[in-house]
Amino acid sequence: MNPYIILSLLFAALLAVGAWRQKKKAALYDISWAAQIKETLTSKSFLLQMAGFVCFITFWHVCVVALRLPWFNRLPGPWECLVEWLNPDPDYGISIYTKDYYTHILYSTYRATTAFVLASALGICFGLMMGWSRKFYDYSFPLVELIRPVPPLAWVPLAILVLPGIEPAVIFVTFLVAFFVTTLNTLLGVQSIDESYFRAARCLGASKKQLLFDVVLPGAMPFIFTGLQISMGAAWFSLVAGEMIAAQYGLGYLIWDSYSLIQYPVIVIGMVTLGLVGWASSAIVRSIGRKLMAWRERELNVCNLGG
Amino acid sequence: MARAAKMYGVSFTVKVRRLFSSKGFVRGSLAVFTFFLLWQIGSMGLLPFMHAIPTPIEVVKVFWEFLHLTKYWQSWGNSFLRVAYGFVAAQILGIPLGLGMGWNRNFKDLTYPLFELLRPIPPLAWVPVSILFWPTNETSIAFITFIGAFFTIVLNVLGGVSSIPRELTNAAVSFGASPKQIFWRIVLPATIPSIATGMMVGIGITWNVVIAAEMIAGNTGLGRMTWEAYLASHTAGIIVGMISIGVAGYVSSMAVKAISEWLMPWKKIF
Amino acid sequence: MQEVLKTKEADQSSRQVPECLTTEGALSIREVGKIYDPEGVHVEALAKCSMEITAGEFVAIVGPSGCGKSTLLNIMAGFDNLTEGEIFLDNQPLATVDQPPRPGPDRVVVFQQGALFPWKTVLENVIYGPVVQKGMSVSEAEKRAKEMLMRVGLIGTENSYPGQLSSGMQRRVEITRALINNPKILLLDEPYRAMDTITKGASHQYLLELYDLTRKTIFFITHDLEEALFLADTVHVMTSRPGFIKKTLAVNLPRPRNFSMLISKQFMEMKAELVEAVHQEALKAFIAGEREMA
Repeated sequence: MNPYIILSLLFAALLAVGAWRQKKKAALYDISWAAQIKETLTSKSFLLQMAGFVCFITFWHVCVVALRLPWFNRLPGPWECLVEWLNPDPDYGISIYTKDYYTHILYSTYRATTAFVLASALGICFGLMMGWSRKFYDYSFPLVELIRPVPPLAWVPLAILVLPGIEPAVIFVTFLVAFFVTTLNTLLGVQSIDESYFRAARCLGASKKQLLFDVVLPGAMPFIFTGLQISMGAAWFSLVAGEMIAAQYGLGYLIWDSYSLIQYPVIVIGMVTLGLVGWASSAIVRSIGRKLMAWRERELNVCNLGG
Repeated sequence: MARAAKMYGVSFTVKVRRLFSSKGFVRGSLAVFTFFLLWQIGSMGLLPFMHAIPTPIEVVKVFWEFLHLTKYWQSWGNSFLRVAYGFVAAQILGIPLGLGMGWNRNFKDLTYPLFELLRPIPPLAWVPVSILFWPTNETSIAFITFIGAFFTIVLNVLGGVSSIPRELTNAAVSFGASPKQIFWRIVLPATIPSIATGMMVGIGITWNVVIAAEMIAGNTGLGRMTWEAYLASHTAGIIVGMISIGVAGYVSSMAVKAISEWLMPWKKIF
Repeated sequence: MQEVLKTKEADQSSRQVPECLTTEGALSIREVGKIYDPEGVHVEALAKCSMEITAGEFVAIVGPSGCGKSTLLNIMAGFDNLTEGEIFLDNQPLATVDQPPRPGPDRVVVFQQGALFPWKTVLENVIYGPVVQKGMSVSEAEKRAKEMLMRVGLIGTENSYPGQLSSGMQRRVEITRALINNPKILLLDEPYRAMDTITKGASHQYLLELYDLTRKTIFFITHDLEEALFLADTVHVMTSRPGFIKKTLAVNLPRPRNFSMLISKQFMEMKAELVEAVHQEALKAFIAGEREMA
């Protein structure tokens, strides 16, 4: 299919999403859908946002392609990258049509997800235990503080030597970052729970186990989910570094490899894809969080309406 | 601790003695000691997967050797310099940007979409672009470190400005302050805690990025040193590198914390 | 066991004594002392604090900030232990130096800032006690909870979260949550402190109606002298740190109380007495720079 058609389809999809969001806003402000759309499109805010974005693309294009400024002369131009991305027969072998593109995405996503899920499961348990049991905290906190300052990427060489293979090593390093972030945030969450909730539950007759599930876990949830979002971002950060240093396949590897092979448009494609995938994973975590913490949403809504 | 002791009217020596005999301290020391003990035993061959790892004693020996090499200290200097360049540049550019975005709605509309679009891209993904763009290797690595801390500080400052209580600005207006005065006298000082938080988080990210950038594309520095030890299969050297990096990161965090506390004498950072 | 109150119109000067008394919830607090951190900072919160509370009595404690009122409540509730003295509940030891008290559904607390679980709906909050103690099945508990909520005028809020309710409603839900466990004593730690006067007035009315209906022993801590006089049968004045009971005032107002009593001569006289007693202590505490003990 012609890349221009794909482009127009994508553009149409974007417009549809925008239009649907206007519908919700129209209901809120009690005006018709068409009027709301017109209102948004002509608002200063919207125009400025579009202007900013357009400026950037123009600036990029002008510096690289039109003026060919000295520092910019090795960078690919925006149109070149876009065309390459949508090209059915790409010059450098990577576009939305090629299998390799999706293989790389899959590898990266698989590694990130595995590491994230492991880190979240272990991190939340660890953090809960640290917040719950003074004994456990006393034993584990110094160890955690001993190992935490070492940047996760410094573990890469050691991990490669000790663990059987590159894949586990990369996943391990990614896991490590996410684990520390999740643990610390969970701990903070448990510590942030007001003592009154514990006391109320105890005088109502709750046993220790019931305290854990009825007070500690829900009470720490907001912090846990903030931690999960941060750890998702941190996981991608480490993953890309790990892939660049040592892996085969994956978006980080793709970016580095295309640099070595002088396939510069692919660098940009890789970066944009990374941004999209990273954003999507954070958004998923965020929406799961919102579902689980419906009570917070409603509370915040009440505040917003009143305030 | 001396300050805390004075607060509670208990003598310093009593406080120290109580710390050392407190349950927490004893348990913590026990845990750390057991960790090193297990490491030592494991590396001597008792645990299967640890045969490649040197014992703590070997590591200490190698560490001692390294401390005498000028190259070691040069690596420290190089890495620190890179961290400093990137971090400081990120603060100089990021803080005004964050303040501007929080203060002026139009400016935010212009810049925020782009900012949000570029933010999810991990800093290291910028390495090739950076190398292609900047003339020297040093500047390209500095750019990567800059990116890491930049997004963090802008986000924190933006959050800080938006969370200034309305009453503060209203009070200033009712006293007849001009927008410029409000900005310099109210908004800026009220944002300092968020700047401090952004700096604390940013310095951690910066270190991570520097190490990785050095491993991928650098020729000097602690990261590079660790990578070279890896290439030479000198495992003890790797561990020494890791420890050095950890210490360096810790030192920088303490420095940033000290700066933050100097900026905010009324608030003690946890 | 509680029976429905049968009042008889009594003369205004004598204290109204209900015909049927509750038989549970008699507290005997004998020379209770509490010292925090004995080898270190040595803060003496309570010293030889004594009082006798009969079953079904509404008792109010007033005193300056930081004098130890909350400490006493915490010991009674079971969150803290005493270092001296003993407390007996219905002639059974509740807290002695060797036997620390444990929290339980016979002495439920209503907290200052409110401790409704924000992540549970109103209904889930109210049924929490019975369900967690495995006293009732969930459906039974829900039925009972709905009855109680209806009586209190909160029907319709069962599926809301506490964050969506006003503070007055939240307090009522919290009291309902406490009462569904049929406690011997209801412990209230300055529950209306953060409220505006109008909501406070309505909350007082609600509490009084509740008291008239259930005749539970109520232990009420407050700063507000008028509130104490209006609600309670007995008002104890606690000294500043270390706290003990300096003065006990029997409130001779008839039940059911109404707002016109607030301006009666009797009320004013009692208030004058209280003000003088409390003011001395407050001045002492102020000069000593006491900070609020959490």
